[in-house]
Amino acid sequence: MSNFFEANLPYILAGISVGGQYALIAIGYTMVYGILRLINFAHGDVFMVAGLVMVYTTASMPMFISIPLVIIATVALGFAIERVAYKPLRSAPRMSVMISAIGVSYLLQNCALYFTGGLPQIYPAIPFLSKSITIAGATTKMVTIITPFLTIALVIALVLFINKTKVGMAMRAVSKDFETSQLMGIKINSVISTTFIIGCFLAAIGSLLYFSNYTSVVPTSGGMPGLKAFVAAVFGGIGSIPGAVIGAFIIGICENIIKGLGYTTFSDAFTFVLLIVILLVKPTGIFGEKATDKV
Amino acid sequence: MNLPEGFPKDKKCTLAIENVTMQFGGVVAVNNLTMHIPEGAIVALIGPNGAGKTTAFNCITGVYQPTNGKVSFYDDTIVCAHPTGKAAKNYKGWNADLYKDEKEINPTPDQITKLGIARTFQNIRLWKSMTVFDNVLIAKHMRAKQNVFSATFRGNAKEEKRMREETMALLKEQGLDKYKDELATSLPYGLQRRLEIARALATDPKLLLLDEPAAGMNPQETQELAEFIKQIREKYNLTILLIEHHMDLVMGIADYIYVIDFGSEIAQGVPAEIQSNQKVIDAYLGVAEDD
Amino acid sequence: MLNEKKNKTNLYIALGLLVILYVFLILLDNVLPQNNFVLMLVPVLKKSAIYSVVCVSMNLLNGFTGLFSLGQAGFMMLGGYAYAIFSIPHEQHAAVYQYFDGGAIQFSIPEALQNVLGDFGGAFVGSIICIIIGGLVAAGVAALIGIPVLRLKSDYLAIATLGFAEILRAVFQWDGLGRVTNGSNLLRKYTSFSAMKIGNFKIGTLFPFLIATICVIIIVLLINSSYGRAFKAIRDDEIAAEAMGINLFKHKMLAFVISSFFSGVGGALLAMYQTTIQAAPFKSAMTYEILLIVVIGGIGSISGSCIAAFLYIACNEWWLRFLDSGQFFGLSVPFFRDGFRKVVFSIVIMVIVLFFSRGIMGDKELSFTGLINKIKARKEKKGEVA
Repeated sequence: MSNFFEANLPYILAGISVGGQYALIAIGYTMVYGILRLINFAHGDVFMVAGLVMVYTTASMPMFISIPLVIIATVALGFAIERVAYKPLRSAPRMSVMISAIGVSYLLQNCALYFTGGLPQIYPAIPFLSKSITIAGATTKMVTIITPFLTIALVIALVLFINKTKVGMAMRAVSKDFETSQLMGIKINSVISTTFIIGCFLAAIGSLLYFSNYTSVVPTSGGMPGLKAFVAAVFGGIGSIPGAVIGAFIIGICENIIKGLGYTTFSDAFTFVLLIVILLVKPTGIFGEKATDKV
Repeated sequence: MNLPEGFPKDKKCTLAIENVTMQFGGVVAVNNLTMHIPEGAIVALIGPNGAGKTTAFNCITGVYQPTNGKVSFYDDTIVCAHPTGKAAKNYKGWNADLYKDEKEINPTPDQITKLGIARTFQNIRLWKSMTVFDNVLIAKHMRAKQNVFSATFRGNAKEEKRMREETMALLKEQGLDKYKDELATSLPYGLQRRLEIARALATDPKLLLLDEPAAGMNPQETQELAEFIKQIREKYNLTILLIEHHMDLVMGIADYIYVIDFGSEIAQGVPAEIQSNQKVIDAYLGVAEDD
Repeated sequence: MLNEKKNKTNLYIALGLLVILYVFLILLDNVLPQNNFVLMLVPVLKKSAIYSVVCVSMNLLNGFTGLFSLGQAGFMMLGGYAYAIFSIPHEQHAAVYQYFDGGAIQFSIPEALQNVLGDFGGAFVGSIICIIIGGLVAAGVAALIGIPVLRLKSDYLAIATLGFAEILRAVFQWDGLGRVTNGSNLLRKYTSFSAMKIGNFKIGTLFPFLIATICVIIIVLLINSSYGRAFKAIRDDEIAAEAMGINLFKHKMLAFVISSFFSGVGGALLAMYQTTIQAAPFKSAMTYEILLIVVIGGIGSISGSCIAAFLYIACNEWWLRFLDSGQFFGLSVPFFRDGFRKVVFSIVIMVIVLFFSRGIMGDKELSFTGLINKIKARKEKKGEVA
């Protein structure tokens, strides 16, 4: 057992780190789904754009300006997407909104393709995060250690925000019953915007951490992490923030152990196997609530 | 089979609901309901809003699996259940052990319909994007002798022709033929209800369950509906179970009435008995608080 | 009975146009000069025929049965691979499966038939058999996947089918199956459209159209049959459909399997068109692309899907090329560089999704008599003004 642990330590560490990064993306999915019942397919691409913005800003600006700039740009993008692509479809069938999300994802990827010319963009080394350290004989980057702590700190802050503030209460109300909340005078549009802003803020931080572990950003970089984060959200019970975080860690760790065992081809597929298993066994996820259709 | 009193004993029992209980979490929506519906009768199930009438329908038609109880259709058991696992622990109804040794039967709604039990819905559920004609025609699909290949390659031309002719005849009889190419949802409300009944009739039922067929109708329309229900009973040899709030309609056409409140039966009898039943009056009007 | 007459007129016009199209395709291959225009047009036509099949099959599922499935790319991949695997000629196996000892399957259906039916006959009949095998493999896998997946509702179904497509892709790239799938390497050297010729008489462009026509006609027949109506009933209201005796699982499964069959056929045709096949490009992005074509054409319109498939492919690969060229009518425009076409394209798609959500055709079908009446009406109007 200890042998297995030692041999796989780098993978487990990487798994925890990636899990934390998925968690930050997954929160965006789960909150948006909780409120709009929409799989925001564009969320992974927003995450990718955050990576690209970082690449371009650091080319001309010092790090301490570009990091806040990345966060602001990502949040603005998320806000704009919601206003332009989802808000007009508020009363349309759910499928239309999902198609619109797919359209936005396609648009973001194609814009990224245009601006990068299809070439991988080298992600800048963020001085503190990219420092190498050695733990128990395994060499890794500082970001690996920081990610889980930062993730958990952010999640706690978020949960406090949702449970203690007025806006948080409004969010909970809207996710329980959209129409009634509207009738009760909750400003639905500002609640939805807030949700997107929080989701994109976390995705921006996630992208800083995620891409520090990789060398480059390409237009399709967001696709897979996005889908995996969504699976994490489903796994944990969509709409539940702790669920999404736990799901993300499980997926991150399992995927890296599978890589460690030499089945790299299946590391992505595993996520989906997990998805299908959970959908069949407990479609509402670990912490999800059951919804029934009234006849 | 023990039919309610006052019915000729030689009649068969079309539908027997025995000890049906439906519990959602901690809420008992239907409690130990027992009803017998004789062949050819019009039986009404009444009760205040939220009494569990539609839930009872849903238990019969396979939309819900009851927590406990048994439903038989012409002596064949079509639904049978008893509380198990978590449901048994939380079970608040009666007769938990009655069906313990019987085989659980949990059909899907289409299986029930196939047996010859058709229903309408309280909140009209027509197929919105389809014409009046297609709405009825689709209900014929279930009994058509065809498979996907013969249907695609038109090997079922005869069957298709028969279905279309029968549909047309049915529409004509309901006075809906002039609307046949219009969208189902473009019809006025009363006609939509009629169309729903026509659609149910297209499945060739022996028993028709009507869930508030007169909801939203004015007295004139209600009167017409009453006539109409009697007509179709004669014409198609139907047995009818209906849920209704319009007392004029119920008292006018029902042969027998069951009254439930808070999921449990509070009275049964012929209309005259029900009208004078103090419990029923209390349930509808509320009991005056005595000092 | 007026309707029936109208339908007949429509049918005759459609048949007439189809014959004209076929003749044109034959001319394109054999008589017309192979200038730039033709060289651009031919691949666009072939590919749009293929995409028509795939889009119509997706429409059957998403538009007519209301099952929001995103597994199309996976089923196309299955069809394409099955086609390729069974049609690689024997002497090419060693070269194609060079990392896997020449592969496990050592025969080729077109080749075997060529010995009996001659070069063209073998290639024609053989590839049709392989295309059908491709469809059947996709349908078979769909039947298996459908058992768990079809119990799920709307977006859960979407994400589960998407997941299955990704799993399939990983399985096909796995070296453990390399003797069949060639791992992550290309499959190539199998029968392609260029083999469709009798002596010097080529039907390489006609061939995909023939198959596509048959597929689309079958789907149209299905949709207008009793089963098609049942599918639409499920789309409109599942609970009512079930209460009217339509077995939800059986009918959903039928729609899913049939749709996957035609996706598989589309995948096989795509393999023929590309002359090589690899699992990597069959990503969710491909499914999204198909979905967007269906939306542009109109969810619930077969003719819309076909028109949109042609417009999409033609814009993407031909008409909007100039946006990538850096030049516009001889002027050099710096932002017209690689990728600009796709940006413009996706903006157009977003505009359609947001403002014209009914797409080109909505849920109506192309009607020639309707078209003629419209034109007539317009002419009369003009006449009045004049």
